[in-house]
Amino acid sequence: MYDIKTTYNAKSVREALRLLSENEGAVIVCGGTDVMIRIRELKLRRATLISILDIPELCEIHLDTNEDLLIGPGCCFAAICGNDLIRAHVPMLADACNQVGSPQIRNIATIGGNICNGAVSADSVPALMVLDAMLELTGADGSRVVPIREFHTGPGKTVLKADSEILTCIRIPRAKYTDHGGCYLKFGMRNAMEIATLGCAVNAALTRDGTIRDFAIAFGVAAPTPLRCPEAEALMVGKKATPALIRELRKAVLLETRPRDSWRASKELRLQLIQELSERATVQAIENCGGEIHV
Amino acid sequence: MGIKKSVKRVDAVQKATGSAKYVEDLIPVGALHAKMVRSTIANGIVKSIDTTEAYRMPGVELILTCFDVPNHLYPTSGHPLSLDPNHSDTKDKLILERRVRYYGDDIAVVVADTPLNARLAAEKVVVEYEVFEPLLTPEAAVNNPCSLHEIRPNNELSRLDFEISPGGDVRFYNAEFSTDPKIAGRDDLIGVHYSVPTMNACHIETNGCFAYMEGRKLIVCSCNQVPHTLRRNIADAIGIPVGNVRVIRPYIGGGFGNKQDTMYEPIVGLCSMKLGGRPVAITLTREETFVNTRVRHAFDMMIKSEADADGKMTKRGLRINSNGGAYAAHTHAVTAYAITNNFQNYLTSGVQIGESSTAYTNLPSAAALRGYGIPQLSFAMESEMDDIARENGWDPVDFRLKNIQTDGFVDPFDKFVVSSCGMHGCIQKGREVSDWDRKRKAYDEFNKSSDKIKKGIGMACFSYKTGVWPIQIENASCRIMMNEDGTATVQVGATEIGQGSDTVLTQMVSEITTIAEDRLTLVPFCDTDTSPYDSGAYASRQTYISGGAVKQTAELLRNKLLARAASVYDLPIESLTIADERILDKESGQTVCTFAELCTFMNFTNDHVTETEHIIAESTFTAQSICFSYGVSFIDIEVDVPLGKVKINKVYSVHDSGQILNPALAHGQLHGGIAMGIGYALGEQLLFDQKTGKPLNNNLLDYKIPTAMDMPEVETYFVETYEPTGPFGNKGLAEPPLIPQAPAIRNAVLHATGVGIRKLPMNPQNLVHAFIEAGLIEA
Amino acid sequence: MFKTVRMTVNGKAVELAVDERESLTDTLRERLGLTSVKKGCEVGECGACTVLIDGVSKNSCIYLTVWADGHEIITVEGIRGKNGLLHPVQQAFVDEAAIQCGFCTPGLILTGVELVNSGKKYSRAELRERISGHLCRCTGYENILRALEKVVGSESD
Repeated sequence: MYDIKTTYNAKSVREALRLLSENEGAVIVCGGTDVMIRIRELKLRRATLISILDIPELCEIHLDTNEDLLIGPGCCFAAICGNDLIRAHVPMLADACNQVGSPQIRNIATIGGNICNGAVSADSVPALMVLDAMLELTGADGSRVVPIREFHTGPGKTVLKADSEILTCIRIPRAKYTDHGGCYLKFGMRNAMEIATLGCAVNAALTRDGTIRDFAIAFGVAAPTPLRCPEAEALMVGKKATPALIRELRKAVLLETRPRDSWRASKELRLQLIQELSERATVQAIENCGGEIHV
Repeated sequence: MGIKKSVKRVDAVQKATGSAKYVEDLIPVGALHAKMVRSTIANGIVKSIDTTEAYRMPGVELILTCFDVPNHLYPTSGHPLSLDPNHSDTKDKLILERRVRYYGDDIAVVVADTPLNARLAAEKVVVEYEVFEPLLTPEAAVNNPCSLHEIRPNNELSRLDFEISPGGDVRFYNAEFSTDPKIAGRDDLIGVHYSVPTMNACHIETNGCFAYMEGRKLIVCSCNQVPHTLRRNIADAIGIPVGNVRVIRPYIGGGFGNKQDTMYEPIVGLCSMKLGGRPVAITLTREETFVNTRVRHAFDMMIKSEADADGKMTKRGLRINSNGGAYAAHTHAVTAYAITNNFQNYLTSGVQIGESSTAYTNLPSAAALRGYGIPQLSFAMESEMDDIARENGWDPVDFRLKNIQTDGFVDPFDKFVVSSCGMHGCIQKGREVSDWDRKRKAYDEFNKSSDKIKKGIGMACFSYKTGVWPIQIENASCRIMMNEDGTATVQVGATEIGQGSDTVLTQMVSEITTIAEDRLTLVPFCDTDTSPYDSGAYASRQTYISGGAVKQTAELLRNKLLARAASVYDLPIESLTIADERILDKESGQTVCTFAELCTFMNFTNDHVTETEHIIAESTFTAQSICFSYGVSFIDIEVDVPLGKVKINKVYSVHDSGQILNPALAHGQLHGGIAMGIGYALGEQLLFDQKTGKPLNNNLLDYKIPTAMDMPEVETYFVETYEPTGPFGNKGLAEPPLIPQAPAIRNAVLHATGVGIRKLPMNPQNLVHAFIEAGLIEA
Repeated sequence: MFKTVRMTVNGKAVELAVDERESLTDTLRERLGLTSVKKGCEVGECGACTVLIDGVSKNSCIYLTVWADGHEIITVEGIRGKNGLLHPVQQAFVDEAAIQCGFCTPGLILTGVELVNSGKKYSRAELRERISGHLCRCTGYENILRALEKVVGSESD
């Protein structure tokens, strides 16, 4: 039994927005894998829940006319992992989603929830960050689009206006998946039912001669929010991937990340993981776009 | 069927179909629900409690505080009563406590109509404390002027210090608490420090119980491993006669020792009594189960052993400082088990000194947990053996084989003679199946040219006692009732907690009586009003001790059937035997009668001649014996050095548990024990805030028990010996499989990387730090 | 507040007034007596409360009953054959000694049923991944994997 005041089941985005405006303090819930736990911990009391689990328009995955990949935030992780478009165009995202929690969690927890709860450990977020995903936030007066790089503002904090907006679409630009290779590496203490100690995503593209023409690297749990490392990225572009370059990358990412000590992991461990996962994810991403490390 | 066959579990279908009822499934409709009010400090005194606002909350029926409960101390550990005051359990607990001794201590209870209402009301109880500094380690607690219990003013709950002479005589003495590397203050025993953390059993069913009254009788249903002892402790805690308490123990969703102690049964009992006998239930949350039940002791160990040039052990010294937590529970016994085992595994010619201390601290109470102190000890003892071998360039297996206990070994403490030691056979078998000799060399070669990935194979062995005689009484009872169709109903006080005791005990009855297992019903619930006495499930004693009762009773039954047939058919009893549920003439093999015919006749013959009888056999078996089980684990691993990750390629586990009575279930015990041992080795540790004593990771996400993706492939073997004191040559099996895993993995890491880890768990956190220190990772 | 929920439970249509604060675990256990649905953590970490919702395994402890309106729920009580025979997954668990304390068993069996219904075959590594949301403390998962391999293992036929 949960400390709930009332529940609504919205059938459309418009209805959900109306319910949100009519119920002060109401909370949007989809898969419930975060919200229900917050209620159980009494961090949320006498909750008014608006479920958007049954809104079909939020559960679609398709290509836009410009071939941008559009992902409905109501898609559960299992649906994303099993989707042909995702597997064909952004297998890294499927990999990331497949490492969330457990099969039962992935059968209901949604990518939208993973983004909106603002968790620094969200597995899908580093992957979406290196894909330059754009988030469509819809309110009563229409939509605005926010790059996911600007979405997170602090631990558990985002630019989403939780009392009047809903995440309605995740857009992955065609330019960021075409001819790119990606890799997401999650580091946890065990191999399932795990929260990331560190997550690292890399998305890369090469010219014909093997020069890196596009490179993005992002981390989860390496700072108070998930983050990209623009200076490290700049270091890579225009060069061939060599062991020496990768050694430089290992040092460069340390300058842009700010891991902290906690009982879950020491700063020292996270610094080591940041370097090691940067290298491994980069090597794998370059292989995934048909390149190799030039020795 | 009978013994030594893989009979299917007698409760398998019930459990596979969901019809098996566990304690929470049996809570009566309309029962009230209790929620504990827990201290938010770790050390201090409750000055006052205001329940005014809590009483105004919806659904509240009763609030009891630490100012309302009987003021006499009771023991919580699930041991049989000891008539020897030196071995009786420490009485140090009240049902609710004014003296707060750990974060989350029981200071009040709220009873309401629903669990949610009880919880919301419990939040409204206002408590005022006098706060003391938390004492979280033995070092902080012992000799601190702030006493946790009046009975032990210096916070040292118990000591066990001894020196063993080369002839095997033990001289006990009393040492002072120390953390100095010099063991017993001796310059020739400068120890190396090992530490192991607090862990939790993590049975999937959380602890829970409910109570109600029928007339004068308080009925308590609980998932407890020792129902008869629980009955006595409840009576003691509340202050009512044992005969007024009835304990019902349904199916249990795992226990591992953590359901051996008396926990919340007295409080729900007391609440029910105050509410006119209405049913009151408590189901602990997972978070509570982690810290408000029992934990495995954290140990600090200082160990020093030596061998001569021939590889023979000449010296053993060990000091254990054990963190016992807030209440005594089993604490002294667990540490005693651990310290003595260091002097049982290997034969040693020279000085042997053990010193141990158990402290009261402001952490959750430590008690029984699969292995009873030996997993902790084994980590230090077996790690040190590999270090000695490495220093001298010896093969770790050969070195152990020169020193292990053998038949004829006289246990210096319990003074019994070992007569079924299969340790040598286990080690040889493990060496062979794991391909030890080849892999040791091949991996050394591989590691020369591989920086990031290192391969290793390590091993560790153990000896572990079955039963607790002569320290405690070891007895058990059994009743077998024949039905008129020749089937039988078996009642035992033994406790099935998943280990398979109901099945194996049924096989024993079948073995002796020839009645097929599917015509025997072993009553799955224990009810202290109807079940015969048993001390319960601990010390891997069910097949050894309860099995003794079952065998003895089944023999009585067989003899009774023969006697009745002799009388009814007027034949000499010596001429009769039994087979296939029949009485036969020994010589001709001709059937005299079936059990069904005999029992029907005996039950229903309506005349003046026949002394009709419902044929029942019943007896109590008291053991005057104890024995060791043995085993070894060989573990093949890869270490990803930069990430501090150990990947186990395979575990080869070989055990001597005497005769194996049900191979399929026995291998299952090994699988589960290996998993728990791997968890202990690589990830499990309960963490507490060092300033406040507040638990940090008491949930299944942050406390890392292995998932199916963390378990390696395993190969399990038995080397069967015959233990003459076991009912069928069998010895204990449930606890031991956990023991050797952590040191075997540690020794494999040593082989792979050259780094000797001295702290559990070997998680990436600790390994990366160790590898940085050793220069394997550039800082 | 009470709300009416219409759902199919183990093949039978049910219409129930439920407190909207109830989890599906609460409703199945306390209103419908389906106590095979176990509570091990109540936060979706142990898998003991797993049920099939429209054929998909989900943790019923963090799923509100009101969300089940219009959906089909299966618990272990509902998977026996019409003739009363055990489901092949149940039979395999019994035969392979995959059950010890039995507390995680119903949830694991339902995940097994989901795998059977997928029509696919699974390698041991895939099976490890598919059951990784069920914590078992007794078996080390070894005999559970053997039981599942017997029914849906890619190397079993």
